[in-house]
Amino acid sequence: MKSLALHLAVIALLFALQFVLPPYHHTNIARVMVLAVFAMGYNIAFGYTGLLSLGHALFFGAGLYAAGLMANGGWTGLATLPAGLLAGGLVALAVGMLALRTAGVSFMIVTLMFAQAGYLTILYFGPVTGGDEGFVLPAAARNLAGFDLATETPRYTLGLALFAVALLANLALVRSPLGRVMVAMRENEERSRMLGYNPFTVKLTALVISGLYAGVAGAGYALMFGYVGASFAAIQYSILPMLWVLLGGAGTVLGPFIGALLMFYLIDLSSSVTTAHQMVVGVALLALVLFAPKGLLGTLRERGLKWLP
Amino acid sequence: MAAVLALTAVGLSLVFGVMRVVNVAHGEFFMLGAVAAWFVTAFTPGPPVVGFVAALVLCPLLVGGVAALADRLVLKRLNYDPEATIVATIGLLYILQQAALSLYGPDARPVPAPFEWRIQLPWFGYSGYKLFVVAAACVILLAVWLFMTRSRAGLVMRATQIDRDTARAFGINVDRVYAGVFALGAGLAAIAAVLIVPIQQAHYLMGHDPLLLSFIVVIIGGLGSVRGTLVAALLIGLSDGVISVFYTPTLAKILATLFVALVLVFRPQGLFGAKQ
Repeated sequence: MKSLALHLAVIALLFALQFVLPPYHHTNIARVMVLAVFAMGYNIAFGYTGLLSLGHALFFGAGLYAAGLMANGGWTGLATLPAGLLAGGLVALAVGMLALRTAGVSFMIVTLMFAQAGYLTILYFGPVTGGDEGFVLPAAARNLAGFDLATETPRYTLGLALFAVALLANLALVRSPLGRVMVAMRENEERSRMLGYNPFTVKLTALVISGLYAGVAGAGYALMFGYVGASFAAIQYSILPMLWVLLGGAGTVLGPFIGALLMFYLIDLSSSVTTAHQMVVGVALLALVLFAPKGLLGTLRERGLKWLP
Repeated sequence: MAAVLALTAVGLSLVFGVMRVVNVAHGEFFMLGAVAAWFVTAFTPGPPVVGFVAALVLCPLLVGGVAALADRLVLKRLNYDPEATIVATIGLLYILQQAALSLYGPDARPVPAPFEWRIQLPWFGYSGYKLFVVAAACVILLAVWLFMTRSRAGLVMRATQIDRDTARAFGINVDRVYAGVFALGAGLAAIAAVLIVPIQQAHYLMGHDPLLLSFIVVIIGGLGSVRGTLVAALLIGLSDGVISVFYTPTLAKILATLFVALVLVFRPQGLFGAKQ
């Protein structure tokens, strides 16, 4: 009850924020919310199920390009958003069928390699995908049920809607029997196997859910910001969700959002001081792994807030 | 450039074999070696040979030093947990790349070759320096091979590889072995880089391709098997040239990455790897 209230309060707060934010931060928060959906998806695989993937950019990119390419064909948000969702899930299913035959370090390398192959494929089909330069979505396609997503309020609302649905679904998932089994897989795969759960199916389900999240985030991103490019499928976008999740706290529902928010503003603020934002990312990764492997919310949960989901 | 590839890949393979650490920053050590080579040759007076020899000695030492420092400050504290070290070396990758960009700049800069002569055969000319690179790489690989199989330090490393706790019980300073192996692996990448910069230019993003290729080599050769790595490096180095005749470089890379992923899925011990 307490946790449901907390999450609803966060959503309400974000809803209220749009009326007071100056335009620049208005766009930023919309961006952070849709990226947080991506991070939540990553967290379902990594934080809850213990699948450390280095290839989530592939799922994000699948959603992004599914929406982007369909938009070029004249479809609007009502069709492209579900298409992105499905594309992310289907790609995750295909990758999972193969990659989940391995575990640990091999799983990381295999997912990395698949994502790299996907990225190169996008470059290879440059005439269709725009390659490195990408393409801008036609204005008519950035439309969801009559609302023009190029304007501020609908854009923020779509970001918030995606975020709210993703957050509540995440909360429900974590509390469901499936969520418990996912955590059991992370903690002790052999023991859960002995209890009669099939590790492969559970992990595959988790990865597909994770892919659905990443896919819809990608499609949402394409619609909200009107740009699709290969850089969103590059390795950087596999590392960033990991960084956000690690910062906010792996295995917490709100952690990915908090991590994405903090990291976004950390890079934003530091870019006024120095251009070395890669350095910020690198140092943050090292510091987190060394000193706070549980992240912000994970540490808070240890220090007394046990009810935090 | 199978020879240089083999040097880089053996470095990665050594680190993984002995320490069970997948070093994602390995390509950056390669890049660091190349960039350091530019600095050394640019600031050494006299003919290019002097600068080149100085680079060949100094760069591996410097890069090895950086690696040993990274091992002491970061990897050791993580207790060499495989997954945490990957995340940490990704962080290292970003830091090294940014440091190179900030201190060295975004330009690719050439390094003069130590000597210029071409072997003029009746039907085509061949750069003497490229042959020198191949010879040098073979000598170094042979030296590494002898070092691992014949010397006491190599024995200690292999003992640590097989059983870290027993090695410790026999009075081996495992921490020092790990720092040494990590430095050696990075140093090999740096030597490879110094050898290649007269052919390719030094650039802060040059670490990506060697990293990917080394991964491919190491995985196909079997993780941690030095002999398999050598065979795979020769094979890939040669086939890379062959494949790129038929396909565009991008398609060749796509096929190579997919192939590696599938090898890992279906034959995790590598194509030539020994049974564990």
